[in-house]
Amino acid sequence: MPKGVLVDVSRCIGCRSCQVACKSWNDLPATPTVFSNNWDNPPSLNATNWTRVGYHLIEKGDQLKWRFVKTQCMHCEEPACESACFTHSFVKTESGAVIYKPTELNQDYCVGCRYCMIACPFSVPKFEWDKAFPFVRKCKFCYDRIKEGVEPACVSACLTGCLKFGEKEELLAEAHQRIDSNPNYIKRVYGEKEYGGTSWMYISDVPFEDLGFKTNVSEKSIPSYSWDILKWTPGIFVGWGAILTALYTYNKRRAEVHHEEEMYAPVQDEE
Amino acid sequence: MNYKIWRFGKWQFRLTTTRYVLMALVAIMVVAAIFRFVLGLGAVTNLSDEWPWGLWIGFDLLCGIALAGGGFSTALIVHVLHKEKYAPIARAALVTSLLGYIIALVSLLFDIGRWHNCWRPFFYWGYHSVLFEVFWCIALYTLVQVLEFGDIFFERVKSRPLKVFLEKAMPFLLILGIILPTLHQSSLGSLFVVAVDKLNPLWWSMIIPFFFVWSAFFLGPAMVTFEGSLAARAYGRQPETEVYQSLVKVSMWMMIVYLIVKIIDLNYRGVFSLAFNGSFESNMFLLEMIGGIIVPIIMYAIPSIRKSQQGVAVASFLVVAGVVFNRANVNFTGMAKAVGGSYFPGIWEWAITLGFWSFLVLAYCFIAENFGILPKEEHAVSHAAGAQKSIAG
Repeated sequence: MPKGVLVDVSRCIGCRSCQVACKSWNDLPATPTVFSNNWDNPPSLNATNWTRVGYHLIEKGDQLKWRFVKTQCMHCEEPACESACFTHSFVKTESGAVIYKPTELNQDYCVGCRYCMIACPFSVPKFEWDKAFPFVRKCKFCYDRIKEGVEPACVSACLTGCLKFGEKEELLAEAHQRIDSNPNYIKRVYGEKEYGGTSWMYISDVPFEDLGFKTNVSEKSIPSYSWDILKWTPGIFVGWGAILTALYTYNKRRAEVHHEEEMYAPVQDEE
Repeated sequence: MNYKIWRFGKWQFRLTTTRYVLMALVAIMVVAAIFRFVLGLGAVTNLSDEWPWGLWIGFDLLCGIALAGGGFSTALIVHVLHKEKYAPIARAALVTSLLGYIIALVSLLFDIGRWHNCWRPFFYWGYHSVLFEVFWCIALYTLVQVLEFGDIFFERVKSRPLKVFLEKAMPFLLILGIILPTLHQSSLGSLFVVAVDKLNPLWWSMIIPFFFVWSAFFLGPAMVTFEGSLAARAYGRQPETEVYQSLVKVSMWMMIVYLIVKIIDLNYRGVFSLAFNGSFESNMFLLEMIGGIIVPIIMYAIPSIRKSQQGVAVASFLVVAGVVFNRANVNFTGMAKAVGGSYFPGIWEWAITLGFWSFLVLAYCFIAENFGILPKEEHAVSHAAGAQKSIAG
């Protein structure tokens, strides 16, 4: 059964244990921290940071409140990266995890074209820019752990119950139950419908747009967009080919014979 | 003659000052290429996780392929519709197109991170990816163009059986050589359909494949005119103004259709007003549409401008620049707001791009001077007068 994670933004205290657990389980090198004008660290996801907690100072009337949002791969039901890849380097596993085969399954077909990075609506896949033969890296939903019935590293490290791992359908029902029973919640489960639904889902007590979420998004999956166009290809190939052949044959009969060799000449200088 | 001529066997190549400069640029490109392959992309480019595609994709690939549109549009006009009066420019268009594709393929090889895997897509049928269609069509079409060029090549390099074989295969190659570019010119546009919430709605559209293939097609005659005018000037020949002024009428009508469809599409998606909201994107969009579409349509429509060599060349240059600008807007301007960060190509990226295009110019000159791609002149107007020798040389 496909798994999921429910993130309840109202319960996150911004401790970053999930970031540390992710690094530790996936053996990702630490990167030097830098000062910036907000509290996020690292400032963005990259090849060695697959998850991060974003810090958001929310102003509501004369009230100020902090909210913290963990971001990582959303593990789409119909992943854009999987459909964009022409070497089948991504796969949506039965457990719900979307994994990159060259590093996870040692099936190295990736050419490093980075179209997955263009295609991903959440800009999740990252590239090892400093390597001569770089891989694409991203959160793998600890598919190696969930295969053994263990929750992902980040979830196991979460102290407040902000992250809850389980069957996706059950979590979705729980999410609705939570937002319906408490008037403080925004009436939206982010990830239920966005881009055709995702395995990771968020509920929040402050508007999603204030937390850096893209909110005005399509409910159609990205793969269905490209398929709507690609499905015409065989028809165009055959139809256009037939038209051209007909035109060619028809015009050929009427055309005079040309001696191309006598029409053109090299631009040459005298010896 | 103010240049030396390098001769080897029956081949020759003029060595002018410009060409020395171009050769130096190619040499710099080779050095940059070594750095790129040894050190990786991060060391030689300004690409980042926000900007995974930069100059090599946005310019060399997208524009190189679009500029090569002259190959398939003239093939359709001259060989399928048999508008024989345009035949004088057909071969030059084919050669430019072939060189454009070679540059696109080489820049792609430079751009992909794991280039040692570059053959893999042939064996993993990711047909649900737009890139699959782009890759197959570009690879096959380059092969088709090499074979088409073979027909010219074997006029000079005598090989009777190959020449006969290619002549027999030509109708098939010609038709394949129109279908394949139709498919991938459009799918280069479809690549950006996935960027539905990233690419600015002025450029994102479900019919972006139509805009890409249509513009590549109307670009063809303009590109042929522009490069033909340049070649005529460089070689001191009479430009084929009569052919150009007639051929660009195809572009003019197609651009009128393009403009109308663009307006309908923007209205249909309810984003027409975005073009006039004064934002950076809207200004770039207006510049693209006015400078690259509307002004050239007007110039082509006025007979006195179209029929003058200078007028037709300037209008055609605007069309070429407009399409290049469109591709840059799709890849850079339209994406900037959504992806954040900033990108400007680094010096090595420029060095490689400049080297590629210098190579294209040199290769074109070599081919023009050694193979019959430009129409035979009865009376050459330049210092090369009287130099018209038999092709067999």
